[in-house]
Amino acid sequence: MSNVLVVTEGRDGTLRGVTNELLTAARGVASELGGEVDALTIGGAMPEGADGLGGWGAARVRVLADEAFAAYSGERWAAAVAEVVREGGYAVVLFGATSEGRDLAPRVAALLDVPLAGDVTGITVEEGTPLFTRPVYSGKAIATVRPTASPALATLRPNAFQASESEAAGTVETLSVTPSDAPTATLREFKAAAGDLDVAEASIVVSGGRGMKDPEAWSVLESLRDAIGSDLAALGASRAVVDAGWRPHGEQVGQTGKTVAPRLYFAIGISGAVQHLAGMRSAGTIVAINKDPDAPIFQVADYGIVGDLFEVVPRLTEEIRALRADS
Amino acid sequence: METPLNIIVCIKRTPDTETRIRIAEGDAEIDPAGVKFIVSPYDEFAVENALRAKEAAGEGTVRVLTLGDASSKETLRAALAMGADAGTLLEGRVSQDGLATAKALAAEVEGDDAELVLLGVKAADDDQQQVGPMLATLLGRPCVTAVSSFTVENGVAVCQREVEGGTEVVEVPLPAVLTITKGPFDPRYASLKGIMAAKKKPIEEKPAVDLEHRLEVVRLSPPPERPEGRIVGEGADAAPELARLLREEARVL
Ligand SMILES: Cc1cc2nc3c(=O)[nH]c(=O)nc-3n(C[C@H](O)[C@H](O)[C@H](O)COP(=O)(O)OP(=O)(O)OC[C@H]3O[C@@H](n4cnc5c(N)ncnc54)[C@H](O)[C@@H]3O)c2cc1C
Ligand SMILES: Nc1ncnc2c1ncn2[C@@H]1O[C@H](COP(=O)(O)O)[C@@H](O)[C@H]1O
Repeated sequence: MSNVLVVTEGRDGTLRGVTNELLTAARGVASELGGEVDALTIGGAMPEGADGLGGWGAARVRVLADEAFAAYSGERWAAAVAEVVREGGYAVVLFGATSEGRDLAPRVAALLDVPLAGDVTGITVEEGTPLFTRPVYSGKAIATVRPTASPALATLRPNAFQASESEAAGTVETLSVTPSDAPTATLREFKAAAGDLDVAEASIVVSGGRGMKDPEAWSVLESLRDAIGSDLAALGASRAVVDAGWRPHGEQVGQTGKTVAPRLYFAIGISGAVQHLAGMRSAGTIVAINKDPDAPIFQVADYGIVGDLFEVVPRLTEEIRALRADS
Repeated sequence: METPLNIIVCIKRTPDTETRIRIAEGDAEIDPAGVKFIVSPYDEFAVENALRAKEAAGEGTVRVLTLGDASSKETLRAALAMGADAGTLLEGRVSQDGLATAKALAAEVEGDDAELVLLGVKAADDDQQQVGPMLATLLGRPCVTAVSSFTVENGVAVCQREVEGGTEVVEVPLPAVLTITKGPFDPRYASLKGIMAAKKKPIEEKPAVDLEHRLEVVRLSPPPERPEGRIVGEGADAAPELARLLREEARVL
């Protein structure tokens, strides 16, 4: 078989943007292999919009809806996905490199006894087998790896693949899998972070560092984010300000924080230490605003402004607000 | 407070994140010459969390386990100096195939009665983000990933998890496998006394089980060069031009 399975990602009953990126990447691989793309949804019910995944290239949308899968359980979900993969005889299985995908995919790989390429940013097909490219050594090198067992499994870094629409039949079919009763973790509590969009998922990231001077000053960055649109942009932070307790852990970008690949990244009052670069160097466009012209962040920035962020950012916010009002 | 808590922490020797990386001839490996090696940063967080859990339990052991070559003994010593009680070196090849690593670790952990196995959420070199949940699956134990801190009560670990959109509190029955991410506790520095004591702590060395590596590195290349950036200007007056460039040239706004 030469079909590709995409394990979709939903939250609160709706699909996440990474799903469309996965389907777009899967389409490229499937057309090289001469196969088709299937999308798998798992949960208590079919997520909203799943029947429209044909519009992103899914030939079949396979829906696993069962009360037993309503809450995420790595153990239970992995057993179900592994069964679907075994029965479907897929050549390639793709997951998002999100909290959920990174939790799920390695378990599926272990159950199927095949290797997994993690946090992949590019895929090519050579002689009928996929080659995955993935940043290693905190982005200081890129490895191209070839799995020598089938199916080939990979998690794809959010925002690394540009989603594009396509047409396919997109038939919907329901599956049923007996849930495993292996011991598993139980969710006791969920505390939603402020803002709807996570820094790892946002297509634009506005990050602040120690140059912000004071946690109160974040209103400056919030205004910039809101001018861009809080449906597109999320706030990020350097470790220095997370360690200082100014910002939550969930916003930290870098080696010991999140890895992000937005199309636009603002580094504001951030010096650009290697550990910070590790988390954002694969962003599409990088903007640095820093009063020190020798700050290392300017070496990776596409555009820089040397100056006091408290003067530059409010002005930039006004300009962007005006631009967006025009369009 | 009364029941002893035994913990195994899997740690990996990786290049210091500050180190410059040079690709060795053959384009498949890095050139180790001049590279400073450390305990992978998340694994240090894992050791710190293990020591705290043991201290909270009042009794127990923390054993550090690594797959690598003889140079990884240094990595084990660093964790022993932080306060771990014993170390085990499984001698074998390390590759990007995390499942091979997980199998080697599983063979060693299998017969151990440790209530908890801790790993880093990802290794600083190959960044595969997979060995922990793979190990748990091979062992048939439940696993919680991306744990920033946890407590152990009555045979259950209560874990704080960082996920997109918020933080979770999850409970998992022991024995369990946790992968650790950065949290409220910074890794402790080894004291001089700790370093001296580490020299007397036991390190067991044994060959790893036979490993099949099925994720071949076809090539290692430098990251794509970013196009030369430019300074748009100085101060607030440069802001309108930056906004224009972002919209018209980079087309990202
Ligand atoms: C193992 C390890 C892991 C790490 N992981 C991470 C990680 O995940 N993420 C991370 O970010 N760091 C990480 N670090 C820390 C990293 O080395 C740096 O210390 C940190 O990134 C610095 O944060 P910063 O840029 O906000 O602060 P600083 O380095 O202090 O930089 C502040 C910048 O603000 C500028 N500035 C000051 N005032 C103004 C003003 N008014 N207007 C404009 N600019 C101004 C200054 O010129 C300076 O460049 C890690 C370190 C280690 C050792
Ligand atoms: N060779 C190894 N020896 C011991 N533990 C390892 C090894 N490789 C990876 N690990 C553990 O698995 C975690 C995740 O690694 P990875 O999946 O490679 O990103 C690391 O943080 C370590 O805790």
